[in-house]
Amino acid sequence: MHELAITESVVDAVTERLPGAKVTCVHLEIGALSGVVADSVRFCFDLVTEGTNLEGARLEITETAGRCHCKVCGSDFEPDGQIAICPCGSIEITVLSGQELKISSVRCLPAEVA
Amino acid sequence: MCATCGCSGSSVVVQLLSPRPARASAGHSGEHPHDHETHEHEDHEHEHDSREIHQHDHEGHGDERTVHLQQKVLAKNDRLAQLNRDWLRQRGVLAINLMSSPGAGKTTLLQRTARELAGKMAISVIEGDQAGTLDAERIRSSGCAVAQINTGAGCHLDAEMVAEGLRLLDPPSGSVVMIENVGNLVCPALFDLGEQARVVLASVTEGDDKPLKYPHMFRRADLVLVSKTDLLPYVDFDSKRHGADVRKTSPRALMLQLSAATGAGMQEWYAWLRRRTPVPEE
Repeated sequence: MHELAITESVVDAVTERLPGAKVTCVHLEIGALSGVVADSVRFCFDLVTEGTNLEGARLEITETAGRCHCKVCGSDFEPDGQIAICPCGSIEITVLSGQELKISSVRCLPAEVA
Repeated sequence: MCATCGCSGSSVVVQLLSPRPARASAGHSGEHPHDHETHEHEDHEHEHDSREIHQHDHEGHGDERTVHLQQKVLAKNDRLAQLNRDWLRQRGVLAINLMSSPGAGKTTLLQRTARELAGKMAISVIEGDQAGTLDAERIRSSGCAVAQINTGAGCHLDAEMVAEGLRLLDPPSGSVVMIENVGNLVCPALFDLGEQARVVLASVTEGDDKPLKYPHMFRRADLVLVSKTDLLPYVDFDSKRHGADVRKTSPRALMLQLSAATGAGMQEWYAWLRRRTPVPEE
């Protein structure tokens, strides 16, 4: 639902960092526990980039798996879905990875000199 | 802003509705969460970043190249939220991010809270809705200063909107700012506003299955308030199951049950608020 706002944040961040550059590809990393659905971001991307320096850019998304550590039995596990419960039944866990929501890199042509 | 709505949320309106004389939006009162000076600071940071990248440009000599950003998508909101948090702490103000689905009873809870704590606790409210001032008018009738934020198509409040709300409210030291987020169990979960505590309201009329259906909302909650408990005899709501499922998403969240209609359980909620409210500075 919020993926349109998330995608707008991507466009804002990239245009802020690379003013004037023609962006040809954006690479995002979205974790399985981030609360953001990669397919929804893909759906919004063309709509949001229209009329910006990112228009027509390719979108690449690396989806990282969730990884948690159980404080009770000490094992690491990949949670099933969004609820992180250890197979031992414990809910006392630390999330090791899967909450990423970041712009890894962009491909672009240099800024046009005004 | 919201993919469901499918339209842009750029038409955000923030206005003050208060028993106090309204300040003109353009008239800066001096100290506020992040003023223009702060924004300019941020711009400077970005300029430094851009310059570094431009240097790479010259090396690449006009060819397409890869720029590694490794930047959080919500970095800007997180930065603004931290400015709000620092400002609130320096001022000695407690800000609560109150979230729930529409109709869970956020406004009714705030009305009763404001009424019963009048004279004991200074409370002001930032009211987030897509449109209109219906809730803000209800809160104002309880004697509170209210800043209404209309998010337009937006489905959540963000840190920048809250900064403007705080600037308009100008809350005194030792007071509490209740931020009533847009009714939605999904989107507000991701946006840090700079609050010191997150309170999720879950009404018994919604059913007991919400924690497992909307885990992100419950995961970062500091307090889960089960509301409308006066209706428990009439609805199919398993309090035990609900409590256990909240625990699965958020092992640390405190849970309280209350009814803003009858007043049951309200004293525990007030005690929780009092424990967190800073002592006013002279």
